[in-house]
Amino acid sequence: MKPLHLIPDDVNIPFLKFRKIFYIVSMALVLASAALFATKGLNFGIDFRGGILVEIKTEGPADISGLRDKLGSLGLGDVSIQEFGAADDVLIQLQRQDGDEKAQMAALAKVTEALGENVTIRRSELVGPKVGDELKEAGFYSVVISLLLIMIYIWFRFEWQFAVASVVALLHDVVITVGFFVITGVQFDLATLAAVLTVAGYSINDTVVVFDRIREYLRKFRKMEIPDLLDLSINSTLSRTTMTSFTTLLALIALFAFGGEAIRGFTMALIFGIVIGTYSSICVASPLLIVLRLKRKIPEAEEGQEAKA
Amino acid sequence: MLYFTKWKAALVLLVCALGVIYAAPNFLPSGTFPTEASYLPGKQINLGLDLRGGSHMLLEVDTDSVLRERYDALADTIRTDLRQEQIRNRPREATANGAEITILKPEDVEKAREIARAAEPNTELSGEGNNIHVTYNAVARKELIDRAIAQSLEVVRRRVDELGTTEPSIQRQGENRIVVQVPGLDDPSRLRAILGRTAKMNFHLVNNEKTAAEARATGLPPGTMILPAADASDKAAGIREYLIDRRIVVSGDNLVDSQPTFSDGRPVVSFRFDAAGGARFGDVTSKNAGRGLAIVLDGEVISAPRINEPILGGNGIITGQFSVQEANDLSLLLRAGALPAPMQILEERSVGPGLGQDSVEAGEIAAVLGLVFVIAFMVISYGRFGIYADIALMMNLILVLAVMSVLQATLTLPGIAGIVLTVGMAVDANVLIFERIREERRNGRTIINSIDAGYRSAMSTILDANITTLIAALVLFSFGSGPIKGFAVTLAIGIITSMFSAIWLTRLMISVWVKRSRPTELVL
Repeated sequence: MKPLHLIPDDVNIPFLKFRKIFYIVSMALVLASAALFATKGLNFGIDFRGGILVEIKTEGPADISGLRDKLGSLGLGDVSIQEFGAADDVLIQLQRQDGDEKAQMAALAKVTEALGENVTIRRSELVGPKVGDELKEAGFYSVVISLLLIMIYIWFRFEWQFAVASVVALLHDVVITVGFFVITGVQFDLATLAAVLTVAGYSINDTVVVFDRIREYLRKFRKMEIPDLLDLSINSTLSRTTMTSFTTLLALIALFAFGGEAIRGFTMALIFGIVIGTYSSICVASPLLIVLRLKRKIPEAEEGQEAKA
Repeated sequence: MLYFTKWKAALVLLVCALGVIYAAPNFLPSGTFPTEASYLPGKQINLGLDLRGGSHMLLEVDTDSVLRERYDALADTIRTDLRQEQIRNRPREATANGAEITILKPEDVEKAREIARAAEPNTELSGEGNNIHVTYNAVARKELIDRAIAQSLEVVRRRVDELGTTEPSIQRQGENRIVVQVPGLDDPSRLRAILGRTAKMNFHLVNNEKTAAEARATGLPPGTMILPAADASDKAAGIREYLIDRRIVVSGDNLVDSQPTFSDGRPVVSFRFDAAGGARFGDVTSKNAGRGLAIVLDGEVISAPRINEPILGGNGIITGQFSVQEANDLSLLLRAGALPAPMQILEERSVGPGLGQDSVEAGEIAAVLGLVFVIAFMVISYGRFGIYADIALMMNLILVLAVMSVLQATLTLPGIAGIVLTVGMAVDANVLIFERIREERRNGRTIINSIDAGYRSAMSTILDANITTLIAALVLFSFGSGPIKGFAVTLAIGIITSMFSAIWLTRLMISVWVKRSRPTELVL
């Protein structure tokens, strides 16, 4: 049996020819995401906003509107009540209460009291204002620091053009993934932030593989025009890029379908991010090298070595 | 260089064998192996609270109140010394920033400063004009806070131990925080209730000149204060506040035991004083028959019985409208002792045992299915080589479990997601290598040369690609909390072990196959 080749061996897609289209599509997506982020904003979970979350299991299908009336009348501000994966599973979220941590505690006590004895509390989370602010800060720093470290690493390993292009592609992926969160309204909490950072790592990973090949071909095909060389590099790594994305997606789809409600948002973010990351490493990162005027830079010494080899 | 030296092959096999041995306890009932020695296999992976159920609480000790109390006492000491030298002065409200005293006559200031400086060691003096401002120096301040935190940790530990759960973990975090983790707790509200209270109990006499309402109307008599009534029966009788003497007649520090019990069929809390406390209690109750004795807990009067007869022997009971649970909790708090400073709960995350179990099951199903998908796909795509990659993939999972067991890392729900993600990404190295081998074959190299070149030229790519993901994982680990740390851990371990299994293990298998069957055609 001949093994399946997802991408035919003699694939030769002129990606660079379409690069204007990719730029336009990407710019549009990035700008739309940024605009959405600025206007509608992320649906921050209690990790970052502070507040209370209670997951309950009721006997028989939950009476959502009854719960809404009961908890809405407690005077605790916005109460969000939604079914969570099953008819008898309900997620209750309260906004951060005015006042200090004591006020949060009192509100949680009121909620558990109002829920009564007939429901099982499966999970309760309370994040006070102080911790919420700290988590927000830590989250921000973790994104900035990992992006910086990745950039520094790439800069060490490649020419500066590669570093800039890969970080632009990375930011592109992160911004659009955030835009995805705004559009879908999926809650943005610590887990989804972790997903975004993983997407960052993955996106770079994908880009690095293509760049590695470009670097190799730069040495190997000295006469080839840069755009042709980029196309050749993308095409010869295309099979790997799609294979890896595909296997990762397979695993993630299993996680999405069966991993339970609690990590669904997290998995969704990863799936979306990997699709975007694959697109950007093929269609954004490499073409950007032309914009950045990548040139052959062959030091004398290296040339001598190659001649000997 | 496809052929392995013997010792290299042995090393690869040894790592695999160790992985299997250290991962094995996770598939056997716990306790199968003795677990005394930390380097021997036998340990199972630590499940996080989100998977085994339990409560995580982050508490903050109000260190300002510790400092405020100390500065209050320091101001008192200085004023006593000043009075002896007949220097007239006026106290100011003590804050956490220092003790402050105003000297009334300018000519006394110089002398007063000297007295203040000599009052206690490790203090620093400042203030302008008539004001003297005394603070502890940084070392003394740190010591004060450290001692308060150490005491708080001890009290918290005693309180949590009273709940009778297994392996609670209580640790200091940062300057003034305490993390409490109690696995397998059914009802976090109980933990909340006993951790949220200072449990400072003192006995005061109820003032017999005025009622609280009269005092509110006409002014407080000197040396008294008004405290709210906490008990339901008081509230029912229309008593909302008590006017009590400021002076503490017996302090809760003198308590040695407390138990919930019943009196006239109602739950009450009994207590016992040490010798000094018992003597003072006997003395007070002898001299003040007919007056009310207020039992003040955390600034509220929980009960104020009339003293009918002297209570000698140092035993007593607190009556009130307690439920059985409340009586249990109160006696627990009194037994465990008061916190040196108030504490508040900054963050709580509790997961019931049912949800934890559900999460484990969901995670297992997802991991197995993800694995099956990927395994099947690899075989379809790469045939024989796909099978080698799949064996390496399984080995990788075993290694992840083994490393986590040895390090006693905590597996959380996002951690399971990290493992599933690793399944998808671990084959990447093999994909890179195999694709490269295909290319080399197309370029007309021999089988052995292609395989060799495939491994060699994929190497730097694999390293670059994995290191960038590793950077993201490490940053996540250092910034993330609880569950997210778990994700970072499995992702990082998975990346590192996958480099071993995907590169060395597959290479060993392929080299053995090439050596044995000397293939003339490469189906890839």
